[in-house]
Amino acid sequence: MAATPNAFWQRILGIDRRWIFVLVGLGTMLPLLFPVNLPVATSPRVQAAYDAIEAVPEGSIVLMSLDYEPDIMAELQPMSVAVLRHCFRRNLKPVILTLYPAGPRLVERALAVAAAAEGKKRYDDYVFLGYKSGNQAVILGLGENIRGLFPTDFYGVRTDSIPMMQKVNSYADFPLLINLSGSSIADYYIRIGASRYHRPMILGSTAVMATDYYPYLSSRQILGLIGGMKGAAEYERLMGIVGDARRGMDAQSLVHVIVVLLVLLGNVALFATGGLKPRIGGGA
Amino acid sequence: MRFGPIFVTFLTGATLIAIFFIPHRAAQQTQSVILEWADVVYTFALILGSISLWMSHQKKVQQRGEGWIYSTVTLIALAGVTTLGVVQGVGGDTIVGKLYDSVNAPLASTMFSLLAFFIASAAFRAFRARNVEATLLLVTAIVMMIGRVSIGEFLWKGFPPLTEWLLDVPNLAAKRAVAIGVGLGAISTALKIILGIDRSYLGRS
Repeated sequence: MAATPNAFWQRILGIDRRWIFVLVGLGTMLPLLFPVNLPVATSPRVQAAYDAIEAVPEGSIVLMSLDYEPDIMAELQPMSVAVLRHCFRRNLKPVILTLYPAGPRLVERALAVAAAAEGKKRYDDYVFLGYKSGNQAVILGLGENIRGLFPTDFYGVRTDSIPMMQKVNSYADFPLLINLSGSSIADYYIRIGASRYHRPMILGSTAVMATDYYPYLSSRQILGLIGGMKGAAEYERLMGIVGDARRGMDAQSLVHVIVVLLVLLGNVALFATGGLKPRIGGGA
Repeated sequence: MRFGPIFVTFLTGATLIAIFFIPHRAAQQTQSVILEWADVVYTFALILGSISLWMSHQKKVQQRGEGWIYSTVTLIALAGVTTLGVVQGVGGDTIVGKLYDSVNAPLASTMFSLLAFFIASAAFRAFRARNVEATLLLVTAIVMMIGRVSIGEFLWKGFPPLTEWLLDVPNLAAKRAVAIGVGLGAISTALKIILGIDRSYLGRS
């Protein structure tokens, strides 16, 4: 006997969630295996971040804090590579640190990719200070005595002996502060580095965090904001490169479409089975 | 017995607030010294946390409690990585670096990426247009989900500007209100602790 339409929609409502997992898995895998290279529109916030780096005089030393761990590297690692490449391409010299204990290896990887792509060398073109515990205390300390806070760099070389580091010792010596972060560390940099020490700052964050920082953009406490993989993809587009973010956007697009279709299907099924009785107000 | 901690809290809190607003060199030097103290405190907290972690898991292994095998793995990892890190360093060519690249990074990324699967399943079951408010939320979420990814612009040129408006106007207004509320709440809580009105940090209500 053929199933009634109502029975069909009931089956849809009771679908095993493993089928949804399979759909999401395929939606992620297929675009990565067969890239479509969908277009990426640039938002004003990412354009502003790009322009802020463009505005820094060539040869300047900029401060970069890359504060994330592997859990969110899909969003922030491509961003780090793109921003580092932009700095290198403009002959800016980044001084890099991380406030996360599992961050140094990711920073090393990003530096290896960006430096190789732009032909830059450690100590001549960049310095990696490594990890320092203390979050707020470190961010405050950067305004006083960086070489005291980091007596040696990540590789054990005394910072006093590095020519690039001899030119900088506090926020005041950097024309730009760049923070790519997946946590509230960004708030501390805004409060201390940007607001207290009046350093121009650009911020990169995960997509879910990005909207928290919009008020700081309109107050000009940060000059630009790169949000999530989408922001990183926009930055790559501005740089004219195809990195992990642009490749990942195809997968993210398809998974978003799948989620939207699932939500619509769920609502149609609920409506068809009489479970959805539209009313004004009241609880969900 | 309670006067000492309350006085130290008041003195530290009041001094740090004052220093924040005093640009004089002496104030800044005082701040540098206090920052060094904070660094020492953080280091001891790390040591204390590691010892606490070790003791907690060691007890579980000794008593063969539930999940003791995982505690054994934790103890071996804690001891092994700490020893190797101190002896060899943590750079890319070291054993810790290789462990990080081949174990820690993929595991952490995998754990986080599982969220996408559960969010998709939860959205299918929970995102229902049951009333006007829920419908508004549903429509906004769909516009944002489609408009914020590359395919949005491909489907309709109006998606990106629409999402920008949603982010720049309703979202920004709400975020500002929340930020101001959180700020005022933080000031009020800090003042209550500094002035000794809130003493819950002493371990009693």
